[in-house]
Amino acid sequence: MITFAFYLFAITVCLSGIMVVMARHPVHSVLWLILAFISAAGLFILLSAEFVAMLLIIVYVGAVAVLFLFVVMMLDVDFGSLKSQLVRYVPVGGLIALILLAVLAIAFGDWQSADDALAMRAVPVEPGVQNTPGIGMVLYDQYILPFQVSGLILLVAMIGAITLTMRHRRDIKRQDVLAQMHRDPAKAMQLRDVKPGQGL
Amino acid sequence: MAEFWQSSWGIALILLAQGLAIIAFVMLSLVYMVYGDRKIWAAVQMRRGPNVVGPWGLLQTFADALKFVVKEVVVPAGADRFVFFLAPFLSMTLALLAFVAIPFAPGWVMADLNVAILFIFAVSSLEVYGVIMGGWASNSKYPFLGSLRSAAQMISYEVSLGLIIIGVIISAGSMNLTAIVEAQRGAGVLSWFWLAHLPMLALFFISALAETNRPPFDLPEAESELVAGFMSEYSSTAYLLFMAGEYIAIWLMCALISLLFFGGWLSPIPGLPDGALWMFLKMVFWFFMFAMVKAIVPRYRYDQLMRVGWKVFLPLSLAWVVIVAFLARFEVAGGFWARAAGM
Repeated sequence: MITFAFYLFAITVCLSGIMVVMARHPVHSVLWLILAFISAAGLFILLSAEFVAMLLIIVYVGAVAVLFLFVVMMLDVDFGSLKSQLVRYVPVGGLIALILLAVLAIAFGDWQSADDALAMRAVPVEPGVQNTPGIGMVLYDQYILPFQVSGLILLVAMIGAITLTMRHRRDIKRQDVLAQMHRDPAKAMQLRDVKPGQGL
Repeated sequence: MAEFWQSSWGIALILLAQGLAIIAFVMLSLVYMVYGDRKIWAAVQMRRGPNVVGPWGLLQTFADALKFVVKEVVVPAGADRFVFFLAPFLSMTLALLAFVAIPFAPGWVMADLNVAILFIFAVSSLEVYGVIMGGWASNSKYPFLGSLRSAAQMISYEVSLGLIIIGVIISAGSMNLTAIVEAQRGAGVLSWFWLAHLPMLALFFISALAETNRPPFDLPEAESELVAGFMSEYSSTAYLLFMAGEYIAIWLMCALISLLFFGGWLSPIPGLPDGALWMFLKMVFWFFMFAMVKAIVPRYRYDQLMRVGWKVFLPLSLAWVVIVAFLARFEVAGGFWARAAGM
């Protein structure tokens, strides 16, 4: 049963990966990409890494791919002409595929690891611990400093992006909610009893 | 016979039966949610509401559903047919899918996942695709604008929903919904998480309104600006599926509020028996709140919606996560915020 599920997800990942490149419309490409993400999450569940699987769906499918879709839907680029130059990317893509294949061949081939190297491999905290608390222990207890530093780097990147793109426009009126709430009705309004035929 | 239920065919059959039972429950509650919604607005506006089909109009929703099904299916010219029809299916299926992980009583759950709360959160974050795909595939301006609005809105409010849930997870020490409910056991109403997480209950309810596109945040389908938003080009069963998906998502949010903040199936008064009935009553109460909000609150403007989401809810919920983390770590008030079973 697990083998069947594995092949189902694996084939779906590969097929939808191919369709991301081959699809004629960019929005369809993003939709195929989402299918690929979801199948990859299925593979994670088969590895009993349910926390990573759920995060993959929440972060990549629920947020990142939505933004992709958001941008791609509004683009007005002639993708036909871009597609015709697809052949240009074959050498680079082929190189990447070759390297990946070599790595996989090394990993699954007759490769001997030193005992020290095996010991340094990231090992789940201890058997019997669910993987959510396990990841928490490793991330927040063992590697708290690198984790915080990477968070800081991301914060800097975010502030940089905001600074680069933010424009202050003085000619538009903005709603200042606090000022609006602190307005005094007695000062903002005046009741006048207008006599007929006189006006104000 | 006992052997048969242990074999894979038997398990598949049990799962099928459980799935059908959940679908039957959700669909039946959906029918009376629509009816209740209309009756509650009617009562607020001093009208009678639906009262013609069946006694007290109880069969009104069935008549409406039948009417939708027999209408003609219209596909706009230039629409992406496959995505156009995929969108309503997705919207409905995903809304139903989340109920797989909702426990109604101890053991009354189809899949008692370790990461149940993350699963529900993941599925409800996928629901935005039905809206985006529907709006885009219609090849029409208003649906497209509606879907853009909803994409931004749902992502914004998911952030604060997620942070509020993290606070509850810290308190309960588990992502399993059964464990979260059991962590609230104690002195009846007072030991439920609504008291421990009181400020976040209001934020969660408002974010849930925004997440399900309910008024006052129904901007993706604001009829005064966008006709019917992303649903403008839909007719017949496809529209019915969108509508049903939306109501099921609301029902899911009611279940989630009941489980996270109102002790699920635990009885409010110590001594009374717990049970699925309490869970159901709590869900009905929260649905009543959803309906009341729709009846009495005017719609937000889009920039106000974004401001509330990012500048008010996000900092508040983030601050609450930090506060709860400290309260739980140092077991303030006798561990009122730290109720993990193994802590």
